Amino acid sequence: MYVILGKERFNDFISRLSEMRRLFAPAVLKGYNNFAFEKVTSGKEIAIKYIPTILPPKKFFIPQRETLLEFNIAQGIDAEAVVEYEPMTIFGVHTCDLAGIQCLNMVFSERPKDYNYLTRGSKIVLIGLECNEYCDEYASCNLVNATFPCGGYDLFFTDLGDYFVIHVNTRSGDEIIKEIGSFEKVDTSHINELEKLREKKRKVFGNEVPIEGKHIPELFDRSFGASVWKDLEERCLACGNCTNVCPTCYCFDIRDEVELNLESGIRYRVWYSCQLEPFAKVAGGINFRKERSARQKHRYYRKFRYPVDRFTRFFCTGCGRCTRTCMAGISLKETLNDLIKESES
Amino acid sequence: MEKMVIKDSSYRIKKAKILHTKKMTENEKFFEIVLKSGESLDHEPGQFVMISLLGIGEIPISVCSSPTRRDSFDICVRAVGKVTTCIHKLEAGDEVGIRGPYGKGFPVSILEGNSLLIIAGGLGIAPLRSLINYVLANRRDFGMVHILLGCKEPKELLFSEELEQWNERTDLYYACTVDRAAPDWAGNVGLITTLIPGVDIEPVRTFAAVVGPPVMYKFVIKELLAKEIPERQILLSFERHMKCGNGKCGRCQIQSLYCCQDGPVFNYEQIKNMSEAF
Ligand SMILES: Cc1cc2nc3c(=O)[nH]c(=O)nc-3n(C[C@H](O)[C@H](O)[C@H](O)COP(=O)(O)OP(=O)(O)OC[C@H]3O[C@@H](n4cnc5c(N)ncnc54)[C@H](O)[C@@H]3O)c2cc1C
Ligand code: FES
Repeated sequence: MYVILGKERFNDFISRLSEMRRLFAPAVLKGYNNFAFEKVTSGKEIAIKYIPTILPPKKFFIPQRETLLEFNIAQGIDAEAVVEYEPMTIFGVHTCDLAGIQCLNMVFSERPKDYNYLTRGSKIVLIGLECNEYCDEYASCNLVNATFPCGGYDLFFTDLGDYFVIHVNTRSGDEIIKEIGSFEKVDTSHINELEKLREKKRKVFGNEVPIEGKHIPELFDRSFGASVWKDLEERCLACGNCTNVCPTCYCFDIRDEVELNLESGIRYRVWYSCQLEPFAKVAGGINFRKERSARQKHRYYRKFRYPVDRFTRFFCTGCGRCTRTCMAGISLKETLNDLIKESES
Repeated sequence: MEKMVIKDSSYRIKKAKILHTKKMTENEKFFEIVLKSGESLDHEPGQFVMISLLGIGEIPISVCSSPTRRDSFDICVRAVGKVTTCIHKLEAGDEVGIRGPYGKGFPVSILEGNSLLIIAGGLGIAPLRSLINYVLANRRDFGMVHILLGCKEPKELLFSEELEQWNERTDLYYACTVDRAAPDWAGNVGLITTLIPGVDIEPVRTFAAVVGPPVMYKFVIKELLAKEIPERQILLSFERHMKCGNGKCGRCQIQSLYCCQDGPVFNYEQIKNMSEAF
């Protein structure tokens, strides 16, 4: 089902939405040339046109740090598994980031299920927002089929000038529409406009890298020994920025922390990165990915090869964040291009 | 931020009590553990548990007793760092937390009706002791059983009383070698690979089960292939850094495989083309 929201009603819609649950939306980070998902209460705070935020909305689904266990060790041991969560609405999620959340959903609902993730995720209402224009030269969403919406949201907004056309995808989406109630019915002219926009996008959003998505797994099958990885070795600083900002990177470390009373404490997980040197180290000093080239290679295979077997999709959403953030100028598109060149030569 | 207790969390720990400990060597200590709920751990040989010392950390440790003993289970811990050193300080009566068992162990029902060539290097005897004791408890179901053991020096030999019993049994073929002999050592000296050519087996009906330090695998596999044991019948257990045991944290990945869930026991055919495995 589709409904229409006139632009003049947008601010009112956002205020009402923020009264229902805490609301997060893309906003300009003041003083920086950047965007972030921030808490908002009015439409004016929202950047309707934005390029991918510094951190993807995964920060709400897997917080950088979250408690898994609360324990007491005063007498014997006593521990309880807990989940921390916060009911919220996230407005303005682009299709690349919706795809990222879909990837995380698959990982954390694969058995053994992760109830910390699933419980938290079930309390989050997602409102998507279509990209009418290509965000910048770093994106590659078309290559990985993330340019158009395909589920993963409760409501999906497309900006068509004077109004938004909204796709209602779930019952929670429908409840919002019913509760706020300032929407108009959709007619064929609206749908035609939407189709026209999508048609235009199909022409503008071309494949960013000269390869068809279906051939990428084969490319990677041929590239395990490629010299491209050696080149990355020389540039990568192993800082882990690329994995932090990636919408589908979820690796973590688990640590314990004890209160000063030495009786109670928590076990928590924190984001961790396969790019950091100790990631794959085991007792006896052996490190299974000692070289930075092996670690960069692992990152690319975890985006373009391994998940294809496990989940039948890429774990790259084409958002371009890893390239935008890399201090050493390592570019995902360039790496793919180099792999293609090397495999053809 | 709201908070609630989740009963089915995969991070929930079971309370367990240490029944008995034994210092085995300078670096290894043995623990017999019982779950306080009274339930059995119900593991397979080759599986591991996550052992928690709350406030210090949680680590993967192989279960080294046979699942045929249901009222308690054993582990053997080498002190190498923070958690393992603290575990060494524990004694009978102390409590630990347990998650698991985890992973795919040795597929004992598939091994039935075959001969076994069990190869243990160093601490690799821990998970293999579980398999060996399982096989001994069900001895009639298996063909010939060969146990080859190797370690650096005689003083590092683990489970020495059991080794002597195995040595005396007539239904086992047992051999042991050390890299460096001690003055009172009368046994074999040399790498474990030197023991393999002399083993008399019928390769198509034999499964090899190999656990040892990473450097050992390449050389042992070469010898096993030379003996014409089919690739699928060569079972190897891999050690990787592990944090969650649930196939999530990513620490244990060997290319597309998660050692904690898809392994730690793999057959050679599964991983032979994975350069990260060796
Ligand atoms: C499936 C499996 C079965 C194992 N079985 C046994 C066993 O039966 N007996 C035994 O003594 N050891 C076993 N280990 C190894 C044991 O888990 C590590 O020695 C232990 O985690 C080190 O913890 P630590 O806090 O003492 O070391 P730390 O102080 O954390 O570090 C010391 C070294 O150990 C490495 N290490 C730390 N944590 C881990 C981890 N979770 N997994 C692997 N390496 C780690 C570090 O990278 C470092 O090199 C097993 C490991 C795996 C993966
Ligand atoms: S230990 Fe976390 S994925 Fe295997």
